[in-house]
Amino acid sequence: MTYGPNPWHQTNWDWRAAANFMGGGAGAGLIAFAALFGAPAWVSLAGAALVGLGLLAVWFEIGRPLRAINVLKNPNTSWMTREAMVAPFVFAAAAAPWFGVPLGAAGAVPALAYLYCQGRILNAARGIPAWREPLVVPLVIATGLAEGGGLWLLFGASAGAAPLAPWLGFALALIARLALWPAWRRRLASAPRALVAIDAAGRWFKAATLLPLAAALVAAMAPPPSGAALLALQGAAGALAFAGGLWFKFTLVTRGAYNQGFAIVHLPVRGVRRSR
Amino acid sequence: MTRWAMVADLRRCVGCQTCTAACKHANATPPGVQWRRVLDMEFGEYPDVQRAFVPVGCQHCDEPPCMEVCPTTATKKRPDGIVTIDYDICIGCAYCAVACPYQARYKTQRATFAYGKASEHETQRHDESRLAVATKCTYCVDRIDDGLAQGLVPGVDPRATPACVNSCIAEALAFGDIDDPQSNVSQLLAENQHFRMHEELGTGPGFFYLWDRDDGADSEDARAERRAAPEPDRAPSSNKGQS
Repeated sequence: MTYGPNPWHQTNWDWRAAANFMGGGAGAGLIAFAALFGAPAWVSLAGAALVGLGLLAVWFEIGRPLRAINVLKNPNTSWMTREAMVAPFVFAAAAAPWFGVPLGAAGAVPALAYLYCQGRILNAARGIPAWREPLVVPLVIATGLAEGGGLWLLFGASAGAAPLAPWLGFALALIARLALWPAWRRRLASAPRALVAIDAAGRWFKAATLLPLAAALVAAMAPPPSGAALLALQGAAGALAFAGGLWFKFTLVTRGAYNQGFAIVHLPVRGVRRSR
Repeated sequence: MTRWAMVADLRRCVGCQTCTAACKHANATPPGVQWRRVLDMEFGEYPDVQRAFVPVGCQHCDEPPCMEVCPTTATKKRPDGIVTIDYDICIGCAYCAVACPYQARYKTQRATFAYGKASEHETQRHDESRLAVATKCTYCVDRIDDGLAQGLVPGVDPRATPACVNSCIAEALAFGDIDDPQSNVSQLLAENQHFRMHEELGTGPGFFYLWDRDDGADSEDARAERRAAPEPDRAPSSNKGQS
């Protein structure tokens, strides 16, 4: 291991931590979409399973898993505690339709709160310039919703063509993440090593946002394709948006998480002072 | 009140790493874990090259990001400014490690020893509670507390002073109470120009770096001139980090 003033990538959080943001984001987004636009009960449960898988992955990463309950001890300042506290409500909201309890749009609230917590978890990590930038919060939320919307469309493709409203919600989430990406990226100018990884992922991320957005436009504007073509378009758009979001978050945690290294703002003055 | 702080005189540090070794010996940290380390930074291009040796470690911040993010309350800040970790509460999530802008925290998943097999010293000092949790510099808090209980003055009496400060061959490291205007560190800060690392992040580090004297010889005009001059390229020409 080499230490020095040049930033290096954090080594504490690996793919298991990334999986929490990937599964948690997509799962919470799916639960929110199911609550807002309706879906068979199993769709919400699939979202809960993704959230659960993310939490399970992070449980495998922590050093002392048998003490995991201690994660609930600091709701005053820790967004990780808050995420853990919101999680049971996410599961309850996801399970409610299965047990015949209609929550309607209110079922989306815990899922949205969960997404917000995930964004704030990254934002609070002041050691990582790409994470501490405040725009990471709306970007993570928009990405999670786009992933969830994508999954909603993908799962819904087996049941028939989606109506206009969920397409619109999906398109709005895609537009939001497309708009937030360059704004967030611009603020990372002081983290050039992170930018290399982020830009490499950005090409795929943008493609996985623009293409589904184009599909949403095709589906929303007449004359739409019909029958099997529309369902294929719906499924492909959803899968692409989902995959793009996953790749972005995987990159954000495992490839773009450079620290800022060390820096001194003055050099020591030894002997005669330099004139410059 | 008391606010313990460390002062590193960059003009004096010669990069000998004695403090690093003293810390490892005093705290029995495993291979790869250096609560105190000294960076070797080189700036400029030949023949105009400058070198700086920069001791780093936990900065015991006024507003520790590690404490804010810790989900378990294992990380706490004492009224005297020392940031501590309760190894019995920590779950080893390493959130504090990614939140620390000073790369001061470590997590060792399993016991490792310098030469594979544990030496006598390593066997005696092995502490199971420090495995799979976050660890970092404590300012040798046990020495401070024990010394205070005996009426000693941390930073003045070696038995009450962090091991790294005691070991420094150049008196580049100093420790003391910056809330006491008569303390050694307050005097150093009053007599010298200083800065703290990553000040812009608002963490309020309890670790100060001296870089030039602050006396009559250094006129305000001269200082203004240096302030106006472009800073040396902070991207070093080489990265001679210590491992």
